[in-house]
Amino acid sequence: MSRQDGVTTHTLRLELTDEPGELRAALEPIAENGGNLLSVFHERGNLTPGGRIPVEVAIDCPAGRFDDVIEGLREEGVTVVAADEEYYGEAFRVLLTGHLVDTDLSATLREIESASTVSVEELSLSAPDGVEAVSSAYLRLGARSGERGAALARVREIADAKGLTVVEPLEAGS
Amino acid sequence: MKLAIVGAGAVGRSVAELAGEYGHDVVGVADSTGAALGDPLDVAAAFERKSETGTVGDERHDDLLGADYDVLVEATPTTLGDAEPGFSNAVAALDRDRHVVLANKGPVAERYDEIRAAARDSAGELRFEATVGGAIPAVRTVEDFGPSRVERVRGVLNGTANFVLSRMAAEGLSYDHVLAEAQELGVAEADPTFDVDGTDAALKGVIVANVLREARGEEALSLADAEVAGIEKLPVSALSLAGDDGRTVRLIAEASPDGVRVGPRLVPQNGTLAVTGTQNIVQVETAHAGRLNLSGHGAGGPETASAVLSDVGRLSPR
Repeated sequence: MSRQDGVTTHTLRLELTDEPGELRAALEPIAENGGNLLSVFHERGNLTPGGRIPVEVAIDCPAGRFDDVIEGLREEGVTVVAADEEYYGEAFRVLLTGHLVDTDLSATLREIESASTVSVEELSLSAPDGVEAVSSAYLRLGARSGERGAALARVREIADAKGLTVVEPLEAGS
Repeated sequence: MKLAIVGAGAVGRSVAELAGEYGHDVVGVADSTGAALGDPLDVAAAFERKSETGTVGDERHDDLLGADYDVLVEATPTTLGDAEPGFSNAVAALDRDRHVVLANKGPVAERYDEIRAAARDSAGELRFEATVGGAIPAVRTVEDFGPSRVERVRGVLNGTANFVLSRMAAEGLSYDHVLAEAQELGVAEADPTFDVDGTDAALKGVIVANVLREARGEEALSLADAEVAGIEKLPVSALSLAGDDGRTVRLIAEASPDGVRVGPRLVPQNGTLAVTGTQNIVQVETAHAGRLNLSGHGAGGPETASAVLSDVGRLSPR
């Protein structure tokens, strides 16, 4: 997702060898290329069939520098399994209703994304009675595989704080 | 069986009127003012008297509770908190080793462990199919599978809220407009608060959760333990945005051994849960047999009375 200041958020899936210092080495090229680390996710005990450690990172970086980050990682010998793809394994939809505009919808979306396990992939807004009345937003969100519940809880929390109503999806398989 | 009926509203009256067809005798009916007794009772005369004078008769309630009946049908309005007078009526019958069939949700939603304890100490049995999903055999289905082999039950358990949501989505009409229309049609009561704020669906969810928890040795829940949201604040724009993506909104109650949640949820527009109008649907998730969907009329006098009379038919002979 691209923002006004030209900074974009990206996700990377890396595989590291199980050696001390490996993670730090892997993250250096990110900063060197202007990236700002948002989160590192590693499921403890989870190994690839080849015995390597899968790690997922989310970063902010200036538009256009993302390819440099990937190149930098590969030069450092880090295996980049996926970049900005398949990472947000579970797309799901939520409805937000209430005084969306008065409560600064952009800020609300930024807050949702700052949870870093969630990305806003699509947004439709309907304010038939004007921006000062109650309006509705339909969001398609992406969450890391298996983290939909946590992502929804975060959306609920943000909405509660702003007095917005969340209409959640039912669990998968409905 | 000889039936004594407490509560002479739509459900109590339908039970009294249909009892004969099921092979039962009515020996008493009570409304909020008085009671009528007889062996058997002339049901038509009692309700004629009610329409003329406002009450079915001038006998005392205690005389009805102490009368010679096999089954007490408790069909007084559902009350929250202490669930009175329904709770005490039911316990009075159980204490006399009589069967109790509830149409009143209060005793099993708010004081489940207590009423179950009273039933354990009694030679009488307690049944409450009519409290969940009206004519839909929700409790019976859970019992048939064995509550310990049912992992979750969810569904649309309030016809008024479902009518409002399906009309709003279909016609693009506002919540207030559709609710007023529902009241005109008699689909919504004069005070529809408990229907639209999720309370009624939550009570039904709590009752099911209590059945699931009892089978797992867990303490019963009450309404206060449920997480409840209603549909009152939903703008029609929300429904149209969801519709653009092939989805709609339904007030869904979810009950599991872990608890109860009720709130508006996004569901596929043509999916199983998106029943329309006043229809209800109950989905039962079983451990070994997948999912069952049961839909039908969740309210109404004869519909709910048929669930009461099915319960009566399952009681052990006295």
